[in-house]
Amino acid sequence: MNSFDQSALLLTILVPLAGAGLSMFLPRNRPNDAWYFAIFVSAITLVISIGLFIRYDFGVGGYQFQRIYEWLDAPLNIDLHLAMDGIAATLVLLNGIVLFGAVLISQTIKHRSRDFFVLLLSLGSGVFGVFVAQDLFFLFFFYELAVLPMYLLIGVWGSSTIFDPDRQRLWGIPIPFDLGSYNRPKEYGAMKLMLVLVGGSVLIWVGILALYVASAQVGQGTFSMVELGILAERGEFSPAFQNWVFPLFMIGFGVLAGLWPFHTWSPDGHVAAPTGVSMLHAGVLMKLGAFGIIRVGMVLLPDGAEAWMPVLIVLGTVNVVYGAISAMSQRDLKYIIGYSSVSHMGYVIMGIATLHPVGLTGAVLQMFSHGIMTALMFAMVGAIYERTHIRDITVLNGLMKRMGFASFFFAVAGLASLGLPGLSGFVAEFMVFVGVFKTYLPLAVLAVFGAALTAIYILRLLARTFYGEPDPRWEGLNDASPVEKSVGAAFVLILLFVGVWPAPMTRVINVGVDSVMRLF
Amino acid sequence: MTAENLTANLHLLTPEFVLAGFALLVFVLDLFLDDEHKDLLGWLSALGLIGLAVLSVLMLAGENESLYDGLLAVDAYSLFFKVFFCGIGVFIILSSIDYVKKFLNHPGEFYGLLLFSILGMNLMAMSRELLTAYISLELLSFSLYVMVAYALGNPKSNEGSLKYIIIGALSSAILLYGLSMVYSTLGVTRFDAIAEELSKAGDVSPALWAGLALIVAGLGFKLAAVPFHMWAPDAYEGAPLPVTAYLAIASKAAAFALVLRLLAEAFVPAGDRWDQWQIIIVVLAALSMLVGNLVALAQRNLKRLMAYSSVGHVGYILAGTAVLAQDSLLGANGVIFYLVGYSVTSMVVFAALIAFFNATGQEEIPDLAGLADRQPFLAMAIAIGLFSLSGLPIFVGFTIKFYLFTAVANEGYLWLAGLAILTSLISLYYYLQVIRQMYIQPALAAPADGDEHDGDAEVESAEDAGETDEHLHTPAHHEPVSDYVPLPRPSPALIAVVFLGLVATVGLGVYPAPLLDLVEVASAAILPGG
Repeated sequence: MNSFDQSALLLTILVPLAGAGLSMFLPRNRPNDAWYFAIFVSAITLVISIGLFIRYDFGVGGYQFQRIYEWLDAPLNIDLHLAMDGIAATLVLLNGIVLFGAVLISQTIKHRSRDFFVLLLSLGSGVFGVFVAQDLFFLFFFYELAVLPMYLLIGVWGSSTIFDPDRQRLWGIPIPFDLGSYNRPKEYGAMKLMLVLVGGSVLIWVGILALYVASAQVGQGTFSMVELGILAERGEFSPAFQNWVFPLFMIGFGVLAGLWPFHTWSPDGHVAAPTGVSMLHAGVLMKLGAFGIIRVGMVLLPDGAEAWMPVLIVLGTVNVVYGAISAMSQRDLKYIIGYSSVSHMGYVIMGIATLHPVGLTGAVLQMFSHGIMTALMFAMVGAIYERTHIRDITVLNGLMKRMGFASFFFAVAGLASLGLPGLSGFVAEFMVFVGVFKTYLPLAVLAVFGAALTAIYILRLLARTFYGEPDPRWEGLNDASPVEKSVGAAFVLILLFVGVWPAPMTRVINVGVDSVMRLF
Repeated sequence: MTAENLTANLHLLTPEFVLAGFALLVFVLDLFLDDEHKDLLGWLSALGLIGLAVLSVLMLAGENESLYDGLLAVDAYSLFFKVFFCGIGVFIILSSIDYVKKFLNHPGEFYGLLLFSILGMNLMAMSRELLTAYISLELLSFSLYVMVAYALGNPKSNEGSLKYIIIGALSSAILLYGLSMVYSTLGVTRFDAIAEELSKAGDVSPALWAGLALIVAGLGFKLAAVPFHMWAPDAYEGAPLPVTAYLAIASKAAAFALVLRLLAEAFVPAGDRWDQWQIIIVVLAALSMLVGNLVALAQRNLKRLMAYSSVGHVGYILAGTAVLAQDSLLGANGVIFYLVGYSVTSMVVFAALIAFFNATGQEEIPDLAGLADRQPFLAMAIAIGLFSLSGLPIFVGFTIKFYLFTAVANEGYLWLAGLAILTSLISLYYYLQVIRQMYIQPALAAPADGDEHDGDAEVESAEDAGETDEHLHTPAHHEPVSDYVPLPRPSPALIAVVFLGLVATVGLGVYPAPLLDLVEVASAAILPGG
C-alpha cells in the first residue's frame, strides 16, 4: 500500500471537515474568498475520490483501503474503521463530483457566504463518512453530521415558494381540485426535512442499539460492522430478532431515500433549498438512505431483509408511480424535479428489493446516474431561477432561444431521467427492470408504466419551458455563466460516458454487489 | 469510634478546609473593598478555585481512604467530582463577573456563597453516609436559596426564590424523614452497611418502603425529576441568569454525584433487591424525559425553556443511574460522562445568553431574532450548544447520548433508550425554534416610541438594560429592519468562557477517550466489582 491508499479514506472525511473549520476564520465580508477556498477544498476531495475509484482493484474485490484508528477502548470498543467496497467506491466518486459541482454553482451565494460553505463542506464530509465507515457508531455519527447542516442551509439561504392561489390551471387546463395556495415558507421545508430525517434516525439508532445488545448476548457487545457481519453470517441473530430490527433500518434509512409514504419532506426540502444544497441533497444525500439499507440492513440482517423485501418492493413501486403522477401535477420546476427524484429513488429501492444481482447492480448504478442527472437539473433550474425569479412552468416558455446552454443541459438531464438509450439512466433502469422481471413480474409492468409517465412529464416540461414560443418577457436574458456552463458540460459528459460505456462503473459495482448477494 | 480514628487522616480534608477558609476570606475582604473594585473578588475566587483543583489533584491523586469511620470517602470518584465542580465554579464566576457588576448588589457575598456551595458539592460527592450526605446537601441548598433570591426587588425573582425555598425546605424535610425511617428499620446509615442489611433475605418492612419512597421523593425534588419538578421553571426564571446557569449545571451535577454514590454503594450491591427496585427510577426517568421535553415545546422564555429541557436531561441521566450494575461500569461511566458533557454544553449556552443579556437586558426567545447578524459569535455558540444538547454530532451531546443510551439498552431497557432517543427528537424541535430566531428571522427594529432617531439612541443605551428593561419587552414595536444594530462585544472573560466551552464541546465530541479514561477510574471507585 502506498501512502495514498493508507490515508485517502480518512482524508475524504477530514479534508472537507478541516476546510469547514478553517473557513470559519476567513473574513466575513469577502464572499468570494470563501467561495475560492471551498473550491480548493472540494477540488482536493474530488481528486481523492477519483483516485480512490480508479485505484479500487475490482479484480480483488471486497473491502479495500482498510484502516483502523482506535477511538474508544472497552467497554464500548469503538474504532474508526474505514474501508471501501465497490458500492461505496461508486458513491464516493459521486459525492466527490457533486460536492465539487455544488460548490462551483454556489458562486451566487453572497449573503454570509462563509457560513454557507462551512455548512456545505461539513455536509460533504458527513456523506463521505457514511460511505466508508465500518463501525455503526461512526456510520451514524456521519449520517447525523450530514443531516445537521440542512436546517440552516435551507432556512438561511433557501427560497420560499409562493404561488398565486387564483391560478388553478395546469397547462391551460383548469384544475378541478384545490392545489392550495402553495405558500410554503423556506422555514417550513427546512423544519419538515430536519424533523423527518432525524425522526428516521431515531429508528436507526434504536436498531443500532438492538444490534449491540444482541451481539452482547452472544459475547462481547460491538458496533463493528465487520464483527456484526461475522455474527450475522454465523446465524447468531435469530430470524425473529431480524424480523423486527430490519424494518427499523428499512424505514429509518428509507426516510432519507424518499421511501413512500415517508417521502414528503423531500420535495418540500429540495424546493426550499438553495441550488447547491438541492444538488447535494437530491444528488447524494438521498443515496445515503439506500446505501444504509444495503450496508446495514441487508448485510447485517439477511434473514430480516429476505422477509421484508416483498414489502419494500411494493413500496418502491408505489414510489415510482406515485412520484411520477405527483410530478405530473406540479407546476413548479423544482417540485417537478423533487417528485421525479422520489420516483427515481423508487427504482433504486425496487432494485435493492429484488435481491437479485442484476437488480442490485442496477440500483447502485441508478444511484450514481440519478445523482448526476438530478444535480444537473437542479443546477440548471437554479441558473434559470436566478435570472427569471420564476419557476412556474406555466409562465416560463421558450427558454431555448434565450438560455441555450442552460436549456440544452437541462434537456439532456431530462432525457437521461426518462431513460433515453445512450444516457446513463437507460442502463441503470434497464438493469433494474431485468432484476424485477425475474423476481416480481407484475410489479415490473407497473415500473415500466412509471417510466412511461416519466416520459410524459419530462417531455411536456421540455416542450413547454424550453421549446415553446419565446415569451417577450425573457428577452435579453443572459445565458448560463461560464461556471454554470462548465458544470453542466461536465455532468452531461458523465451521463453520456456512463450511458455509452457503463463497464468501468458496473464492474466495480459488481464486485460490491456480489459480496452482498453472497449472503442470500 | 476512637479519637485517633477522627484525626488520623485529617490531612486528606485539606482542600475542604482551604475552601472554607477561602470562602470566609472572600467575605472578609468584601468589607474592605469599595464598590468599584468588588469584581476583584470574582477574579480572586476563580483563581482560588483553580488553585484548589490543582491542590486536590496533587494531594489526593491515588488516595482511596475513608474518613471519620466511613462517613467521607477520599477516592478517585470524589477527586474527579471535586475537580469537576471547581471547573464549573471557575466558569460560572468568569461568566458572571460582568453580570454581577451590572445588575446585582452585594457582589462580595455572591462569590462567597458560591464558594460555600462548592464546598457543599464537594462534600456531597465524598459522603457515604446518609446524614453526612444530607448536611452537605443542605450546605449547597442554603447557598442556593440566597443566590436565587439575589435580584432583590424583581417580583419574578422573589416569587421564584420563595417557591424554591419553600419547596426546597419541604423536600429536605421529606428527605430527612425518609432517612430517619430507614435508620429506624435498618439501624444503620452508612451506605455499605445499608447494602449489607438489604442483601439479607426477608421481607421488607412497610416502614422501610415508606422511608425509601420518601428518600426518592426528597432527592427527586433536588434533581427536579418529574413529578417533583414544579419549582424548577419558576426558580430558573426568577433567578439571575448566572444563578440559573449554576442551578442547571452545578446543583444538578452535585445531586447526581450524591445519588450515584448512594445507589452504587448502598443499593446495587443488594443484588436481587436492586433489580426489583430499578423500575422506580426507570419510571421517574421515563416521566422526566417525556414531560420535560413536551412542556418545553410551549415555552417562550429562554430560562423556562432551559429549565424544562434540563428536566428532560435529568430524565436521561436518571435512566443511566437506573441501569447501574455490579459487574459493569457502562452505566456509571455513562452517567458521569453525560454530566460532564451536559455541563460543558450548557455552560456554552448559558455564558452566551449571559453575554446577550448583559448587552440587551432581554431573555425571551423572540428577542434573539437576527443575532447571527448582530453578534455572530454568540449566535454560533448558542446554535452549537443547542445542537449539542439535542444530540447531534460532531458535538459532545451526541457522544454522551450514544454512550449513555447504549448503557441503558445494554441492561435490557431498549424501550427506555428508544424513548430517550425519541424525546431527543422532540427537543430538537424546540432548540431549532431558538436557532431559527437567531439565523433566519431578521433582526428586530429597536423598540422606540418616537421617531427613528430615538430608536437608535435607545439601543445604544440598551447596555444599561436595567433602565430600558420595560421598553424592551414591548413586542408591538418589534419590526424587521434591514440594517440591524450590532451588539457590543462581550467582555474578554465571557468570550474566553464561551470559546473554551466550544473547544470542549467539539473536542469531547470528537475525541472523548482521555476523559473517559478518567471517568472509568472514578466509577471504578464506587463500583469495585465492575
